[in-house]
Amino acid sequence: MKIEVRLFATLRENRGKVLTMEFEEGSTAKEVITQLNIPIEEAAILLINGKHEALDYQLIDHDVVSIFPPVGGG
Amino acid sequence: MNKFIRVDMTTKKVEIQEVPEKYVGLGGRGLTSNFVNDEVKPTCHPLGKNNKIIFAPGMLSGTSAPNSGRISVGSKSPLTGTIKESNAGGTFSQKMAKMGIKALVIEGMPAEDEFYILKITMDGVTIEEAPKEILGGCGNYKAIELLNNKYGEKVGIALAGPAGEHRLPTANISFKDPDSNMRSAGRGGLGAVLGSKKVKALVIDDTGAPGVPIAEPEKFREASKVFAKALLDHPVSGQALAAYGTDVLVNILNEAGGLPAINFTKGRIDWNENIAGETLNATIKERGGEGKVSHGCHAGCVIRCSQWYPDKQGKLITSGFEYETIWGLGADAGIKDLDDIAYIDRAMDDIGIDSIETAVAVATAMEGGLLPWGDGKAVLEAVKEVAIPTPLGRLIGSGTTVVGKACGLFRVPVVKDQGIPAYDPRPIKGIGLTYATTTMGADHTAGYCISGNILKVGGNIDPLKKDGQIEYARAMQIGTAAVDSTGMCLFVYFGIADNPAGYQALIDMINAQYGINLTANDVDELGKSVLKVERAFNKAAGFTNAHDRLPEFFEYEPCPPHNEVWDFTPEEIDEVYNF
Repeated sequence: MKIEVRLFATLRENRGKVLTMEFEEGSTAKEVITQLNIPIEEAAILLINGKHEALDYQLIDHDVVSIFPPVGGG
Repeated sequence: MNKFIRVDMTTKKVEIQEVPEKYVGLGGRGLTSNFVNDEVKPTCHPLGKNNKIIFAPGMLSGTSAPNSGRISVGSKSPLTGTIKESNAGGTFSQKMAKMGIKALVIEGMPAEDEFYILKITMDGVTIEEAPKEILGGCGNYKAIELLNNKYGEKVGIALAGPAGEHRLPTANISFKDPDSNMRSAGRGGLGAVLGSKKVKALVIDDTGAPGVPIAEPEKFREASKVFAKALLDHPVSGQALAAYGTDVLVNILNEAGGLPAINFTKGRIDWNENIAGETLNATIKERGGEGKVSHGCHAGCVIRCSQWYPDKQGKLITSGFEYETIWGLGADAGIKDLDDIAYIDRAMDDIGIDSIETAVAVATAMEGGLLPWGDGKAVLEAVKEVAIPTPLGRLIGSGTTVVGKACGLFRVPVVKDQGIPAYDPRPIKGIGLTYATTTMGADHTAGYCISGNILKVGGNIDPLKKDGQIEYARAMQIGTAAVDSTGMCLFVYFGIADNPAGYQALIDMINAQYGINLTANDVDELGKSVLKVERAFNKAAGFTNAHDRLPEFFEYEPCPPHNEVWDFTPEEIDEVYNF
């Protein structure tokens, strides 16, 4: 299945902004992070289709996965 | 700090008193709000002779504690009619504290139409005629340069800009920063109060200041070290804020569907990369010149979230280029060019108007047909008219509520007449409770529920659900009222929210400075007492629970992409202040 991955802030370095990746059915969000060589603690904010999800979220075809390092403001 | 200064602008008399017993243990917002509640007639007109304005450094200001240089300004707000505390960085707070000045109050108002400068030195306060060249439309950048020339490069300055002279409800108070740029006590129109009292500027010269006495210096140094380490070790306060500034939030809020756009009609845009923190950072690096990716707004800041944004030739356009401003102009008003937004930001600083209120008012004016959507050049011209002021300038300078009424709109994003900032309350429910209930009118900083809802710092709450939000909004407002009393920058929260030792170090610094033994519980009680005092003032000014509500359109206009509406009941909202 095809997954769109959006990366932000420091996670873009050497990886790019938006990637289209292929995954097996039943793959989890954690596998996306691991495959991109992002240390788990650096994936501080994980959104799937704009909603906060846990690492064990099971992906479905055409999910949009947005990953942020720890960031803040206000 | 042993001096409590009162300046009466009716009689031009200055009194330097001992600090009243009641205020000895207070600082920052705790002091300004208690004072306003004690001495300002709640039903007074904010621009009339019975309003007062108070400047107070925080409890830790003037010490070597990192990030402790915030100045609090309190008064009755001309924008909201509520009590107001607005705080800023810059050099003013630390100078006041080192000179032993607990607070400076300005009361009364002159009969004559002359503007004055208050000059504060170790010898006292003198009231001087303001030089003509800094009046009548002189921008703040030029005014600071002229005041530096007259009083010396090292003086601290608090300034009412042209908007303050015109007593417009968006007028802020600008504080000179270490590089003679500006930091603003932005919200609530306190510049108009200064203008009403005919005080153009306060100039503070700390030559000969004795510094802040520390009861237990060794303990203070130890605690200060632990505190600094907590800030620097946390990835947000230690690295991310310096690298990307607050504008990094554009992409997060956009992805989460909570970035209010086109006057709060949707929560996501497709031009986010034009205005995002990542682009801001890359542009500053690419252009070089005077550009700086990170910069501190006051001496001792280790977080350094500010920056200098240069033009294509490398010359500074604006510093302290914040998410809120960029969101308001970029997403809510649809201006897709970061340079356009930067020039408008500079103009707002120069005129002395709150960049949040102005941006929200501009987006509302666009919906009302007064300005074309997304037209940065037209907005720049309109904003410059606030300094003259033309009728359009007066309208924009009067804030969102006035613009909404003048245009006959129902979609007017305000609470207690203060513009709602950069987080939509429908898909981020926690922040909606803060907007609705804070004593300040819509203000994200009063209880920054974005932290646990979106950023997952200090909590993990589903922003789309109501569960846990009431307790969270309550706790965040209480904690914020306490932090605002210390003189600390609110961003220290990121460093200590999940680090109990860091939080304890903050309390230990206060204890070591004053030789007291506050506990975490005492700090919590301080926060509660500040909120209660502020609420008592608002109640006496005529505010009831019915004012603690979001604009009705949030209840029936779903916010795409999540299509949430605001669904807290009045009873649930009222639970926030049940403590």
